[in-house]
Amino acid sequence: MLAKRIIPCLDVRNGKVVKGVNFEGIKDVGDPVLYAEEYNKQGADEIVFYDITASFEGRGVFLDVVRETAKKVFVPLTVGGGIKTVDDIREALRAGADKVSVNSQAVQNPQLIKDGADIFGSQCICVGIDAKKIAEKKWTVYINGGRVDMKLDLIDWVKKIEKLGAGEICLNSIDADGTKAGFDIEMLDAVCKNVNIPVIASGGAGKIEDFSEVFERTGATAALAASLFHFKELTVGEVKDYCRNRHIIVR
Amino acid sequence: MIAVIDYGAGNIFSVKNALDYLGLKSVLTNKKEDIENADGLILPGVGAFPSAMKMLEQSGLKETIKTESKKKPFLGICLGMQIIFEKGYEFKECDGLGLISGSVQKMEEEDLIIPHMGWNKLEILNDCPLLSGLDENSYVYFVHSYKAECDDKNIAAYSVYGSRVPALVFDGNTVYGAQFHPEKSGDTGLKILKNFGGLIK
Repeated sequence: MLAKRIIPCLDVRNGKVVKGVNFEGIKDVGDPVLYAEEYNKQGADEIVFYDITASFEGRGVFLDVVRETAKKVFVPLTVGGGIKTVDDIREALRAGADKVSVNSQAVQNPQLIKDGADIFGSQCICVGIDAKKIAEKKWTVYINGGRVDMKLDLIDWVKKIEKLGAGEICLNSIDADGTKAGFDIEMLDAVCKNVNIPVIASGGAGKIEDFSEVFERTGATAALAASLFHFKELTVGEVKDYCRNRHIIVR
Repeated sequence: MIAVIDYGAGNIFSVKNALDYLGLKSVLTNKKEDIENADGLILPGVGAFPSAMKMLEQSGLKETIKTESKKKPFLGICLGMQIIFEKGYEFKECDGLGLISGSVQKMEEEDLIIPHMGWNKLEILNDCPLLSGLDENSYVYFVHSYKAECDDKNIAAYSVYGSRVPALVFDGNTVYGAQFHPEKSGDTGLKILKNFGGLIK
C-alpha cells in the first residue's frame, strides 16, 4: 500500500533557511543543507526548498543549496519559488531537483504547466496553490504570496490544472497558514473530490493530531509543514509514529 | 566502471550522485564505446515510452544496449525499466528493447490516483541479488502512470497499488529493471544500488 508522505518545507532566502508567519515577519534560522540532512535522518519522504529570494545572485546561491543537498540526501527534492519559464524548470532539475512547484506564474500563464509536463513529464510538475475561503464551500486562488486575489474559483482551477498535465497539487490554505489550528479540512476535501492526481495538504499544522486528521478526513496523500519542523516542535519521526499508531500507513 | 546512459531523458544526475556517494565509479555517456567498455550499465529515464525509444534509435544506441545488456549487469530505472519490455502502450503501441517478455500498460482502475506517486512497500516474490540484505519492511519511491505486465518468474518484487505493480524485474541473468527510483529511495534504494555494484567484477 502507498504510504502517506510527510514533507518538511524549507523556506530559503539568499541561501539561508527562513520562515515567515502568515508570509510576514521572516527570521533567519540556518543552513538549508544541514536541515535537509536532518530531515532525511528523521524519515522525511520528500523535501521542499522554497526560494523566496528576489535577486539574481540569490537564485544562484539557492541552486547551489539544491545541488549540494542532492549529493547527500537521496529522497525526492522539490524546488518552488521563482519558477517562471521552461528554462527555470530545466535549471532546477539540472541542479538536482526531482520536481518543481509552480504557483503564481501558473495562474498567469497556465501554458507553463502544459509545456513543463510535455517536456519533462507530469511527474515533475507540481502546482502550488494559495487559496482563501470567500463563501460557504467557495474559495478563490491568490497569487504573489497570498497578496493578490485572482477571483479564480479554486475548484475550476484544480480541474484545469489536472487537464493541463500537472502531476500533483500542493494546496495551501491562506486562512489556516500560520494559525497552527490544523489543516483546512473542508477545502482539502473539496479539492481531493474533484481531481484524480495527488494532493499535498499545506498550511495550518500545529500539533501532531493535525496530521492524522488530514489523512483520515481528506484524500490528501501527503502533508507539508515548515516551522513546526524547523523549530523542532515536532520531528518527522514523531509524526510518523503517531500516524502509524492510528493505523495510517507511513514509511 | 558503470556507464549511466545519457540519451536525453531523465534526471541522470541523481543516479550519478547516488553512485558517487556509494563510491561506485561511473560515467554519464551516450557513446557506444563507453557502453561496450563498461562493466555495468544503468539506463535511467523519465518521460514517455515512444519518445525514449525514438531517442535511443536516433542516437544509434538501441542495438548496442540490446547486445551489451546480455553481457554485463544492466539496470533500467523507471522509464528505463519499462522500455526493456517488448511493447509499450503509452499514447500508441511502440516496440521496446525486448530484453524481458511482457508489455507496459496504462494503470487504469476506478478511484486510483494517478500517477502512483510516493513510497510503497516492496513485496518480495523471487530471490534476487539486488534485494539481498533488505528487511521485510522496505519502502521505495515510485512515480509512474504505466506499469509492466509480465510473467511472475520475472518479478523479484512487487508493490500493491490497486493491484500488483511489478517493482523490480529481472531475467535471471544480467538484466534488471526497477520501476521505482532507487536513487531517490533513501537507504533502501542505496542498498539496492550497492547490490548492483556488487554484481560487477
